[in-house]
Amino acid sequence: MTTVLDRLNFALHRSMESDERVYVLGEDILDPYGGAFKVTRGLSTKFPTRVLTTPISEAAIVGMASGMALRGLIPVAEIMFGDFVTLVADQLVNHASKFRWIYNNLVRVPLVVRTPMGGRRGYGPTHSQSLEKMFLGVPGLKVIAPNTLGDPADLLAAAISDEDPVLFIEHKLLYTRQLLEAGKADLRDYQVDQTFGDYPTFTMRPTKPAHLTLACYGYNFELARLAALDLIMEHEIFSEIILFSQLSPFNLDPLFQSLERTGKLVTVEEGTISLGWGAELAARSVEKMRGLMVRRVAALDLPVANAKSLEDKILPSVQDIVNAGLYIVE
Amino acid sequence: MRYNVLAMDDNFTLYKTMLVIRRFEERLLSEFSTGKIVGTTHAYIGQEADAAGIFSVVDTEDVVFSNHRCHGHFLAYGGEAYQLAAELMGKASGLVGGRGGSQHIHWRNFYSNGIQGGIVPIAAGMALAEKERNTGKIVLVFIGDGTLGEGSLYESMNIAALWKLPILFVLEDNHYAQTTPVEKAVAGSMSARFTAFGIPVWERETSDVLEVRSLAMEAAASARSGTGPACLILHTHRFSAHSKGDDPRSPEELARIHKIDPLTIHGLRLATEEFPRAASEVAEIVNNAFDRASLDPFPELCSEY
Ligand SMILES: Cc1ncc(C[n+]2csc(CCOP(=O)(O)OP(=O)(O)O)c2C)c(N)n1
Ligand SMILES: [Mg+2]
Repeated sequence: MTTVLDRLNFALHRSMESDERVYVLGEDILDPYGGAFKVTRGLSTKFPTRVLTTPISEAAIVGMASGMALRGLIPVAEIMFGDFVTLVADQLVNHASKFRWIYNNLVRVPLVVRTPMGGRRGYGPTHSQSLEKMFLGVPGLKVIAPNTLGDPADLLAAAISDEDPVLFIEHKLLYTRQLLEAGKADLRDYQVDQTFGDYPTFTMRPTKPAHLTLACYGYNFELARLAALDLIMEHEIFSEIILFSQLSPFNLDPLFQSLERTGKLVTVEEGTISLGWGAELAARSVEKMRGLMVRRVAALDLPVANAKSLEDKILPSVQDIVNAGLYIVE
Repeated sequence: MRYNVLAMDDNFTLYKTMLVIRRFEERLLSEFSTGKIVGTTHAYIGQEADAAGIFSVVDTEDVVFSNHRCHGHFLAYGGEAYQLAAELMGKASGLVGGRGGSQHIHWRNFYSNGIQGGIVPIAAGMALAEKERNTGKIVLVFIGDGTLGEGSLYESMNIAALWKLPILFVLEDNHYAQTTPVEKAVAGSMSARFTAFGIPVWERETSDVLEVRSLAMEAAASARSGTGPACLILHTHRFSAHSKGDDPRSPEELARIHKIDPLTIHGLRLATEEFPRAASEVAEIVNNAFDRASLDPFPELCSEY
């Protein structure tokens, strides 16, 4: 069985093999350790000159990656924990994402910044956050998140081939997850469609007409599936699931199409609830459709506590999604 | 090695380069009152010897990352005054179609951005790319005294030294960061910041283009030698305000520094008849640049990135 981690690691190996311009840089990424979450495992053994272990200098890692990208290389930078993206904000917002446009399309910045986000591992307030929402809506920056339905290797390979900067968000709990197989297990009772393009949006439709639409990305797709199952088994409520790979900039057409059928939206994310991804989806959907019902499921507006008992209450749960579904349908 | 070295006795060209910068910036500042230019700008007047001296010795193919005060660097690099003027006026014919303006330009291997410090790791990454691609190019990155306060500078110095990157840090100390004098912003020694990382420093208090030139030649050669980064620290003076109206300096201080004028210093080396020649050639370049640019159309907006 293949895990998300295997596929991400595979994509890095493949990209480095097939293109000599691909460089990987980050903290503690050399073998035998192979990176804090092992995504870069094996790379430094195979490509010793193109895998660069850096000092603890996040701004410089991403800044240097931008410079490399401007001058003919294809860098993939790893930020050890997603929480540290605050240190690279200037580089992403004021430099990498701007160059192509402010230089009137005279340059390209083929840069990937990969980073693990998310909680539920008891790492506490500064190693458990989902900060991607701070980087949504930055012109010129793509924010991409893998999941277990699409192939994470394809997604990462596409990000590496992308001519524009990509912030690639890997939820920590996804690493050990198996990829889903079409028509099997969880997917048995759904028809799955996906949009064309490098970063597909998936539409999962149950065999019966759905009562609501669950919108999610990344690891929260795992929770959304469990919640959808519970809603069917316990309440005979059917859900369509819209699963995004590309968070920003976005194309919401698959979501709107689903909402035409259901008229009810529940968004699921692990970032804090206020001013977040779900809020934007809700606003866009309501602007588009009169009378739409919306409910957001997200983390409380608190730091992520270290104690598991508190963390569980702060981060969204399957039950929270079920409750949102019940509320909106009743 | 393919240096773009002017003959050591080509004093006229060095003078003319400085004069182009001076007249360009003067014309630019005057255009704010005509309304042809809006927003802000950072004139290079007073510091011309730095750019003219440095760019007389680096290879035309070398890579440059400049900062907010980039016009002098750009013109000495060989950039066209007309395209820069058009950019400053927000014209479609500008260097980057009016999208970047004064602080955000790109042409050939010249780049600039208006964020203090953030450009330095980018320049280091460029140097890594040039090294890996065996191009033989070096990267020059320009910072001011005030930018010594930015942390990403030190991250970049560290990595550039560790990885022996072909980068030349050019620190132009004009004694002020906007309105803040260097005494209120920079503790300890400027050069020791670089030498602490094992980066050799060439440092001089000078507004003499020939002194800058010989120092820059040594520093650039060091950066190109494969031994790692080098640093050039030039203590100089900015004559005009930081941007437009922001100048807290006393009339006495201004009078004192205006006596240290790179044009006067280097002008001593020119023959009398060379001055009117320089003046008329430069006037033609600058007038043509602004007059032509002012006739050009404004750009269209495409709403997609
Ligand atoms: C990160 C950042 N902070 C503040 C500014 C505003 N700012 C622009 S230029 C400047 C002064 C820079 O001083 P220095 O580095 O000495 O360069 P100089 O202007 O003297 O050439 C300041 C504060 C900026 N552009 N970027
Ligand atoms: Mg200064």
